[in-house]
Amino acid sequence: MVESLALPAVTVTPVDRSPAAADAVMRLANVSVHYAGVTAVRDITLDVPRHRILALIGPSGSGKSTLLRSLNRMNDLIPGARVEGMVTYNGENLYDAAVDPVEVRRRIGMVFQKPNPFPKSIYDNVAFGPRLHGVRRDLDEVVERSLQRAALWDEVKDKLRTPATALSGGQQQRLCIARAIAVEPDVILMDEPCSALDPIATLRIEELMRELRERYTIVIVTHNMQQAARASDITAFLNMGDDRAGELVEVAPTDRLFTEPASKLTEDYITGRFG
Amino acid sequence: MIQTTSLLVRPRAVRSRLAVDRVVTGLVVLSAVVALVPLLLIVGVTVVRGLPAMNLEFLTETFNFSRRTAGGGYLHGLIGSLYMGALAALMAIPIGIAAGVFLTEFPRSRLAGPLRFFSDVMTGVPSVFVGLFVYTLLVSRIGFGTFVGAVSLAIIMLPIVVRASEEILRLVPGDLKRASYALGARQWQTVLRVVLPTAAPGLVTGSVLAIARALGETAPLVLTALAAQTVVLDFQGGGQTALPLLIFREARGAFAAGQERAWAGALELMLLVLVLSVIARYVGRRFHG
Repeated sequence: MVESLALPAVTVTPVDRSPAAADAVMRLANVSVHYAGVTAVRDITLDVPRHRILALIGPSGSGKSTLLRSLNRMNDLIPGARVEGMVTYNGENLYDAAVDPVEVRRRIGMVFQKPNPFPKSIYDNVAFGPRLHGVRRDLDEVVERSLQRAALWDEVKDKLRTPATALSGGQQQRLCIARAIAVEPDVILMDEPCSALDPIATLRIEELMRELRERYTIVIVTHNMQQAARASDITAFLNMGDDRAGELVEVAPTDRLFTEPASKLTEDYITGRFG
Repeated sequence: MIQTTSLLVRPRAVRSRLAVDRVVTGLVVLSAVVALVPLLLIVGVTVVRGLPAMNLEFLTETFNFSRRTAGGGYLHGLIGSLYMGALAALMAIPIGIAAGVFLTEFPRSRLAGPLRFFSDVMTGVPSVFVGLFVYTLLVSRIGFGTFVGAVSLAIIMLPIVVRASEEILRLVPGDLKRASYALGARQWQTVLRVVLPTAAPGLVTGSVLAIARALGETAPLVLTALAAQTVVLDFQGGGQTALPLLIFREARGAFAAGQERAWAGALELMLLVLVLSVIARYVGRRFHG
């Protein structure tokens, strides 16, 4: 069991973590995403509260990843993808014609399911984003700070010039997190970041997410309900509708969703009756 | 199901299956050997016939005054081959890789289909056509020379580089491109900083193989470089020569000494291409770590 592993206890600062205490950094209003005419998610209305961890859970095909990608316009890269409804970030419409998707992705970063470091050195991986945006001075400092925030610095500080691909899977994923936070985003989207990792590496990432929450807002897609229960503040449960399009069933503070779900569907899913 | 028969007893059906297995394995091995024979023969005969005339003089001297006798060498051919090969590479490789990038980055463009089709057709065009084409287009206006020879070699190389680049660029994992976009990179930044560096070893290999192919071409050079008796460093104007041209010329000549030199020239050309291929392999492996 994962719970029996001895790991340093996480100190959580005693601040109000309830969703109500936070303003929404992002808001989704009646968002639907279609791929070449097929509806992948339908009519989702949801707030992403600032400095919280929002978990999206649900069975395969319920549109969690699709919904996540619509939050930083990564869907733009998929031919035939179309987003309807309104996604706002600090009150501004992400899909406004005047908005540059590149600027959106700089503010709203992403960590992928499979660790995907560039075939470059550890240093060059972390420095990639800052260099793109013209940072030349103090690059060493940015790299060190990002690696420290991603809890990887101590393990790699003596081998910053070695290939990133030589790191273990868990280290690679933390490197990808360091790479994402090096551009100082506001929101970090994580698409099943632990699905390729072993339980120990998974717990490290979860611990890291709780630390990162102080500075960033995190939205995480996970297949793992224990992970959502352990690591997130708010959980949204998505399910497939009759036509296989994903729909939002319920969103609630994580402890409430897992103890007293409002919907029968949610209860069936979290108790393992389907999914 | 419980097997009660002994492991040592082979039923008839199993025996016949084993026999078929042996026959087919034998045929496949035989085919592999047969395919190797011409290759080994070419290499073997070239080495055996080329070695007698291959010496330091051959590598460092140009033609003697008299070509009836032994002596002298193909230095002017080697220099001409390298000169035109390098010029052709400078022309064909950047354009070819850029076209490969275009095909992988804009696969939906209306230009992509025609570009791919014409590259395929061009790879199969007999090289003498390329010579005729350049002859009509350039030689008729600016005369024979190094540059027009290099243009004809570049036309031979271009479709090879385009298709090889496309294949290699297609292998760059989409994950890496997405990671780059998610960090706020633009398409050109992603191409320059992620796609090309990741594909670099393969691009080098593909380019070197295209150079090797061009170095062996004779027909286009007959109509563009024409010939030269000594080392030519002029960019254009006057003839130029190359190893295959000298081999072609002396191999069909009447003098035994010339035929000897042609064999040595063939050996030199083969070694040149071999060295390039080994470099390409080495570079490819080094990048991959």
